[in-house]
Amino acid sequence: MRHAHALRIGPVGFRIGSDRPEPIRALRALYRDYPAPDDGVPDFTVRLFAPGPLRRFLRPSVMIGGDFMIPDAAPLPLAQGLLAAEMAMNLQMALGQRRYLLLHASAVEREGRALLMTGISGAGKSTLGALLSARGWRLMGDEFALVDPASGRVHAFPRLVSLKNEAIAEVERAVPDGRFGPLLKDTPKGDIRHLVPDARALAAMREPAIPALLLFPRFGFEPAQRVLARSEVFVRLTQASTNYVALGEPGFVAARRLAEEVPARAIDYPDTASALAQVEALWAAL
Amino acid sequence: MGGPVSRPLSRLVSDGRLLAGALRDPASVAALDGDGWTALLAMARAEQLIGTLAKRLSGQPMPQAAARVLADAAASIAQNRRQALWEAEMARRALAATGVPVVLLKGTAFLAGGLRAGEGRSCGDLDILVPRDALPQVEEALLAAGWSWLKPDPYDDAYYRRWMHELPPLIHRERDRMIDVHHTILPLTARPSPDAEGLLADSVALPDGLRMLSPADMLVHAAAHLFADGDLAGGLRNLWDVHCLVHQFGTDGLAERACRHGLQREVDRALRLAGALYGGEGRSLRGADRLYLRRLLARDGWGRETRPLTRLGFYVRSHWLRMPPLMLARHLWTKWRRP
Repeated sequence: MRHAHALRIGPVGFRIGSDRPEPIRALRALYRDYPAPDDGVPDFTVRLFAPGPLRRFLRPSVMIGGDFMIPDAAPLPLAQGLLAAEMAMNLQMALGQRRYLLLHASAVEREGRALLMTGISGAGKSTLGALLSARGWRLMGDEFALVDPASGRVHAFPRLVSLKNEAIAEVERAVPDGRFGPLLKDTPKGDIRHLVPDARALAAMREPAIPALLLFPRFGFEPAQRVLARSEVFVRLTQASTNYVALGEPGFVAARRLAEEVPARAIDYPDTASALAQVEALWAAL
Repeated sequence: MGGPVSRPLSRLVSDGRLLAGALRDPASVAALDGDGWTALLAMARAEQLIGTLAKRLSGQPMPQAAARVLADAAASIAQNRRQALWEAEMARRALAATGVPVVLLKGTAFLAGGLRAGEGRSCGDLDILVPRDALPQVEEALLAAGWSWLKPDPYDDAYYRRWMHELPPLIHRERDRMIDVHHTILPLTARPSPDAEGLLADSVALPDGLRMLSPADMLVHAAAHLFADGDLAGGLRNLWDVHCLVHQFGTDGLAERACRHGLQREVDRALRLAGALYGGEGRSLRGADRLYLRRLLARDGWGRETRPLTRLGFYVRSHWLRMPPLMLARHLWTKWRRP
């Protein structure tokens, strides 16, 4: 393709090609400090292209494609090309990743041990991940945690942190010296602004951690905590995984091991200050 | 065709020859750099040949990153194989009480029969062949066992039942897997009419009671599917099947069998093209073979389809082959008017 960029996020290499220069330019700027894929051979190819010959000129927009595609993906406006690239990379992971059990979760690390937070969209995964990283934790990722079925360890996937709507201002305040991408208004998911993970997160992106605590946060409720039964944890993990079924037995082994060995809590919170206090207290009590 | 390595790498990574060359001569990958590997893997994924490639290249020296991708592909294919065989077993159980002979077709047959063509092969839907007069029983038994119609539509349903070589596709409610129930191997509207009774009569029993076609009929079916029924999309994989079947079973008696099904031209072409792409018996290309190769190899290093005009030509041809012109017009008109 005419414009291309290759990069590595944690252990996973990507190559992104585009008919138009804009998405690649935006991607290059924000992924400036990311390494190249190992051996120059990425794991996944992403393609960004015009929906049809005319759309190159008329209301230019971007279609998402690559090694793995969904048939009815809708195009995004060219101004949201960065988002298109991000979504396309996520799609490759969600549909094509077979080395790790993929959990839709944010992950942070301290002293070689990882805290995983998973929940529905809007539960605050990305926000809490970004805020914890501003308070001395190493950010491992805000979207996917990669669990190695063989070792049980979590591998980092520190892509750009994707902040949505109200979370944007909150994280801008908490991380005043953070490197942010352009504000993308009126995307299919509302307003989006990306935050580049800090230097520490990038420098250590190859270092896995031992999972130590599983949290299932829920935003918009009075502070509360609940210990979860192993069976519920297991079911919630299978729901939070995009490739549990496709992996077969290794997926089952990885999810069961997490459910059996790692303490798990559901936490409710009305605001992020309450969430952070609960997280720190639970971590200290481990 | 010249050997793939003699061509400049820059040209090679923009044509399916890179993939065909790696399957034909695994040692040729030693010449690849990072970009060459990247292109090879993207093409193999797009042509659904990555599992086959993983199998074929095992033991070859290669960059670690490429080895990792192929190891993932091998694990993924192992799971795919397990699911495909399980689906065949589910169909066997659902149909056992009917006493109808059930012949596995295509990928599932290669896997169940332990054939070379099944090594690393990906397998999507379950395809089976049953006697035409047993279709009502088979349909009833499958519906009772949890399969249901994928897209119930009166026109499609009537069209399938009157003109097609298979029932409308069924999908299993819980396992989300499709089954295609064939009663012959080409649409009834196509010009050749294969001998469906002969296919069943010559089929071979597998240990669990299911059956597969005789090796010669498997080859005839692969050729029919490729050249008398479709637009050649996915053709590199079909010709790899052909290559493996020829390598494993030879071609004794094949010409006679092809003749009986009225598919001699298609089988001859499949043998010539498989030879040109993957090696084997030297048969020189003839007639429009080069045009077919151009279509089959229309894939670039980003995994994209190339040569839109050639592809369009083969697409139009596929409809032309499937039905006479007036019928085609009526069919397209009905399909077009529908919301």
